[in-house]
Amino acid sequence: MSAPDTPMTTPEVSSATPPLAKPDTFLLDGRAIPFTPGQTLMQAAQAAGVYIPHLCHHADFDPIGSCKVCSVRIQGRTVASCTMPARAGLVVESETPELHHDRQRLTQMLFVEGNHHCPFCEKSGACHLQAVAYHLDMQDTHFVHTAPHHEVDATHPDVWLDRSRCILCELCVRASREVDGKDVFAIGGRGAHTTLLVNSPSGQLHDSDVAVTDRAVHICPVGALMPKRQGFVIPIGQRPYDAADIAQRPEDS
Amino acid sequence: MSAHLDDLLHHWPASPQNLLQVLRAIQARFGHIPPDAVEALVQQWGLSYTAIRSVVSFYHFLSFEPRGRYTVYVSDSVTDRMLGNEALIAQLCQRLGVAEGVTRPDGLVSVHRTACTGLCDQGPAGLVNGRPLVTLTPRRIDEIADLILLETPLDAWPADFFAVHNPVWRHTLTLSHPIPPGAGIQAMRSRGAEGMIATLQTAGLRGRGGAGFATWQKWQACRNAPGPRAITCNADEGEPGTFKDRMLLMQWAHEVFEGMTIAALTVGATQGFLYLRGEYEFIAPHLRDVLAQRRAQGLLGTNVAGSGQAFEIALHLGAGAYVCGEETALIESVEGKRGIPRTRPPFPVDRGYLGLPTVNNNVETFVQVAQIAVHGGEWFAAHGTEKSRGTRILSVSGDVARPGLYEIPWGVTVAEVLQDAGAHDVQAVLVGGPSGKLIDASQLQRQISFEDLPTGGAFTVFNHSRDMLDVARQYTHFFAHESCGFCTPCRVGCVQLVDTADRLMSGHAGPHDLERLRDTGALMQRLSHCGLGQTAAHPLLDVLAHFPEQVERRLVPDLHAFDLDAACVDMGHLPAHAPHRTDTPA
Repeated sequence: MSAPDTPMTTPEVSSATPPLAKPDTFLLDGRAIPFTPGQTLMQAAQAAGVYIPHLCHHADFDPIGSCKVCSVRIQGRTVASCTMPARAGLVVESETPELHHDRQRLTQMLFVEGNHHCPFCEKSGACHLQAVAYHLDMQDTHFVHTAPHHEVDATHPDVWLDRSRCILCELCVRASREVDGKDVFAIGGRGAHTTLLVNSPSGQLHDSDVAVTDRAVHICPVGALMPKRQGFVIPIGQRPYDAADIAQRPEDS
Repeated sequence: MSAHLDDLLHHWPASPQNLLQVLRAIQARFGHIPPDAVEALVQQWGLSYTAIRSVVSFYHFLSFEPRGRYTVYVSDSVTDRMLGNEALIAQLCQRLGVAEGVTRPDGLVSVHRTACTGLCDQGPAGLVNGRPLVTLTPRRIDEIADLILLETPLDAWPADFFAVHNPVWRHTLTLSHPIPPGAGIQAMRSRGAEGMIATLQTAGLRGRGGAGFATWQKWQACRNAPGPRAITCNADEGEPGTFKDRMLLMQWAHEVFEGMTIAALTVGATQGFLYLRGEYEFIAPHLRDVLAQRRAQGLLGTNVAGSGQAFEIALHLGAGAYVCGEETALIESVEGKRGIPRTRPPFPVDRGYLGLPTVNNNVETFVQVAQIAVHGGEWFAAHGTEKSRGTRILSVSGDVARPGLYEIPWGVTVAEVLQDAGAHDVQAVLVGGPSGKLIDASQLQRQISFEDLPTGGAFTVFNHSRDMLDVARQYTHFFAHESCGFCTPCRVGCVQLVDTADRLMSGHAGPHDLERLRDTGALMQRLSHCGLGQTAAHPLLDVLAHFPEQVERRLVPDLHAFDLDAACVDMGHLPAHAPHRTDTPA
């Protein structure tokens, strides 16, 4: 396939370095953000207490940059802030009307791709997708609902997997491999048929190594992976994002 | 486990990098990836179930469901459709008593569609068990059906069914200068590594894959990165309408490998891979022969041409995934994994194959490298334009009298190519395939060059009988089929584009849909992870820009754009003959 012109370098540092930028800072919406070498824009922003909306990123794991919700602009180019290494003097835009629009569209895309019934979803109020949608003031889903078929896996005694809510963030993939040491999940298929796979002879949860105590089960930012028999332990109205905006507590679930 | 399966597994060293290759072999032998093969790979190779299933479910030519002992793929590129492939598919299925995409209950045969097979100059085309089928006609289809029904071995089929021709209508530089094996390596060694890079700089050679990055800069960066290093040759020519690498691999393989070896000696690489698209499997035996000859001549191995440097080239085949033409997806696939493009930086020159600094170049680039080594940078730079030096090979197809290969100096006009190829009544030309640029008849004086109209090699011509919206719709379906699914904008955006294109065609889209199409297309361009998603909306947006009347005449007022009855019929909830509602859906 032919690719559009892809420069081999990361965006250049502006020749007119802004007066505020110190050697170990970049500018995010005009504010100097300090960073340590090796940090991404997202990591540095989080450390400085600046929220950039995101879904597939989690501070405990290496970024993959697939959801693109954290996209920012650097000299006219759009990059995922969770994978972009911080560099001194970069001038980064995040809270602009254009990026707000793009993030809202991406969130709407994730809604129409799945089957998200917030009012009766057990994850409501603790769901990152829902919370980001509120944060971005999403009023509708904009796109055509294609209602693709997704498998539900209820075969495990303690863990439930509803792929129609999965946003393919791969956090469970990473958590199972890196924290649980199990490698229970992976991504398979391609295009619109991309799906979460379970590592077991049957391909189902019941003969996999998953346990309800796994980090993989609890890191799910949406209601795709859930412990069974815990419905409404925390009543709706008292969940993390029922009152707070996700910008205030980005890693809660 | 069957003895056959055991043999296959033992043919390949048990390494994750060989997974895709062994799965290809299993698919070819059994017509699918049977459960006991998955189990054997888990037990013997120590792979997880998901590692295997994620790869099988990614590649179009791999399948868990049994495909026919004769598996026929009919190429379904836009040019194949223009030549009537759909009637041929229907005829073949009818003769064989199968439904498209469904294996006959006795396991004899299955008929599928596949993306462009790189035979647009001799379409309608296809593949049967990996062998190419060219210039299909109703009569040929009948003959093929008979051969299959009689279970005739492919070796006993008429040879001309599989005879791929490479019609070259214009030679300029590259296609007039074959070089003897080893001559380029010799010349490179007398220039020295730095001298070779300087020669490439003088030549002004830019990558022929499409992006056009300066070859010397790429090599220099890789050479500066700490070794060991690797070389990959991108022979995953998947852009619909492109087939020039097919000709180079069939007739210029020595030069391809010579160029790879020159790259290896220049940057200090020890291992190389030629990644051949699965559709070109039929060229693999020839490539293996040429590699064996070069080993025998001492041009590969532990001491390449007496240089004291070791370099070896392995052939890796793809399995039906356009996205693997993206260089980092290609590297993932060479590593035996799903072809998901990586996040850049790091670039392959810093971390490529297995994390090693890697030079990845196109087939044509490597041929030209070998020639530049022999003839010098000035020889090459004397042709072309200031920013586009040398020549480029175009794959010309569509509504032309002489489809085939044309080597042009960069800078010639579209009109000149059209005249050479015998094109009349031109409505539109797609330069660079669906990820490139569509132009209309008012723009035929534009130049083919990096400055004006860059191209990865495809040049597809449409006369006035063609429905350009339908052309764009088919390309949109192609991108949706080939999206890897990694990033949100491409994965979901492609589905949305397909929905809009289909409704535009069927008269169920309104002005609001066009507004949303433009917004979605721009979003995909800005936010997608790789070139596929960034360009997937181009065909529709270009048709909107150049042929608005073909779109607008199909629009209905927004209120009528959604046809509830039609939607219910589509979903199987209403019989097609149900009386239509008379009220206006709101």
